[in-house]
Amino acid sequence: MRAFFKYAVTRFLICLLVIFIGVTITFVIPRLIPGANPAEVVIRRLQMAGTYLPPESVEKMKEALLKLYGLEGSLFQQYLRFWKEFLRGNLGPSFASFPTPVIKLIATSLPWTVGLLALTTVVSWLSGTILGGIAGFRKRGLFMKILEIFANAVRPIPYYILALLLLILFAYVLRLLPTGGAYQIGLSPSLSWKYISSVIKHGLLPALSLIILGIGGWFLNMRNLVSAVLQEDFVDFAFLMKLDESVIFRFYTMKAALPPQLTGLALQLGMIFNGTIITEIVFNYPGLGTLIYTAIMQSDYNLVMGVTLFSIVAVAFATFLIDISLPLIDPRVQYSGSSV
Amino acid sequence: MGFLHPVFSAIRRLFKYDPRFRFAFIAIACLVVFAFLSIFSPYDPRSSYYAPISQPPSLKHIFGTNGRGQDLFWLLTFAMKNSLIFSLEVALLSRIIAIVVGITAGYKRGILDQILVLLCDSFIILPLFPLLVFLKLIMRQMSFSTLAIVLALFGWPWDARLIRSQVLSLRERVFTYSAIFSGRSLLSMIFSDYLPHILPITLATTVNNMLWSLGFEITLSILGLTPLDIPSMGTVTYWAIQQQAMVMGTWWWLAFPIGLLVLLFVALYFLFVSITDYINPKARIISR
Repeated sequence: MRAFFKYAVTRFLICLLVIFIGVTITFVIPRLIPGANPAEVVIRRLQMAGTYLPPESVEKMKEALLKLYGLEGSLFQQYLRFWKEFLRGNLGPSFASFPTPVIKLIATSLPWTVGLLALTTVVSWLSGTILGGIAGFRKRGLFMKILEIFANAVRPIPYYILALLLLILFAYVLRLLPTGGAYQIGLSPSLSWKYISSVIKHGLLPALSLIILGIGGWFLNMRNLVSAVLQEDFVDFAFLMKLDESVIFRFYTMKAALPPQLTGLALQLGMIFNGTIITEIVFNYPGLGTLIYTAIMQSDYNLVMGVTLFSIVAVAFATFLIDISLPLIDPRVQYSGSSV
Repeated sequence: MGFLHPVFSAIRRLFKYDPRFRFAFIAIACLVVFAFLSIFSPYDPRSSYYAPISQPPSLKHIFGTNGRGQDLFWLLTFAMKNSLIFSLEVALLSRIIAIVVGITAGYKRGILDQILVLLCDSFIILPLFPLLVFLKLIMRQMSFSTLAIVLALFGWPWDARLIRSQVLSLRERVFTYSAIFSGRSLLSMIFSDYLPHILPITLATTVNNMLWSLGFEITLSILGLTPLDIPSMGTVTYWAIQQQAMVMGTWWWLAFPIGLLVLLFVALYFLFVSITDYINPKARIISR
């Protein structure tokens, strides 16, 4: 138990460090760049958008914004104030849809992102791991060969390009699935079958693109892990003992190869999250990705900053949760301390 | 130039026995030649409307022209050149950080090592995309070189960990012990004896890092967050999507950039995989 405690504490430290680094970068870099004073950026963007502002109200606005961003006082005082507001969950109001607080906008789009992310990660991780395990265990077989070529070809293509190709194929060429959105326009969220089926139909394409992209990596990793495990002595003995092949597969190879795969999941969550955001932008899915995209389009500085800070915290905590569930599967982990 | 000999023989062997390497080598050579063709371009990449708009591929314009009256073939030579240079910049800069951090962590061990590993892990977990979008938004004008520096600052941790573990394992080898007992200092060993072991891995991760940075360049460009007047593989695609190439039926405007991109990505990935396999047949492919 003490070993587990030590392990969990190290992981928690990493989690805090991630949040610290992310928040500090978000704080420091805007202040390092000349002419990127957030208050001035906001006002300039408002003026660029065609809003006429009399000089005195510009001054007043600047003062209010400086206060809002905590830009008064020394850099260190600002830093402390930044943290204080952040820890209170105060991310300020959105500018494009003033005065709705940023945190409220995030809350409305969050369920879509979490749903998409959770579903596709579970499906692609599980199926990639299982198929990869089978492929590593039985080296021959046409199906596995095809799957391997497919995984190798798809893996290097960036999220955006693959999602775009799928969109062109299914929505424009084949016209099977809708081009974007989360449900049919005009329907209001309810528990009716019409609404749910619409949600499924709209979610299919984004989910499919994320699964296709994710599955290849897990497949190849697991295949390599399993072929490495197969060379271990204990597997040889299991074969010599004439154990049932399915027993060897499940308990001797899959179980031994699983922990690195889970560690991989924890380490890659940030990247998977990036992918989800990009996919949402392509398919116009109303989650955090679309939120950040419209925020870019409307130059909603505050909203982009809010989404950034929020994603850093969310990904850090999700990674922490995966990390501390690792010892449940692999008892060796808790004794190895900080090394992954 | 004696030290180049093993490099050439390795390339020859890979070329002969690894079909993936053969494909990657030929494809990348073609793409580099394609990028070099930009020198002979009759058009200035920044000018537009010098040709009739939205012409399908023909003898005069091999890849057709886009909706901004630009010849796609020559435009894409510039785009390929800029994108390749960009990804090389990111890869080289982040390699320097990775090697310094990796060697320091492996050499010092102890508390400094643990702090550096903690730092690496935190950078790995950080969701980079929203952060980059945020940085781009506040820096109004961010040139491709600035973007390269920013990406390099985030692109090192996976490889630093890899190099660190390599140094740690080299430290336990017999030759290290005999050299140290004969009076060599560990630091001089790192540069004269360890570096040759580390460089092949660094080469493989360089290719991988190029893939990663190209992915970010394209994504950020398509969102309109890079200097859009400079042709890069991403910005060319941005204009095609922005001006509704799919709806207008000008398929070549999207097909050629995306086709070239997919070719580049697959070739770089095969190069990475074949180098990794060559260095260590048992090596697991580190993702990213």
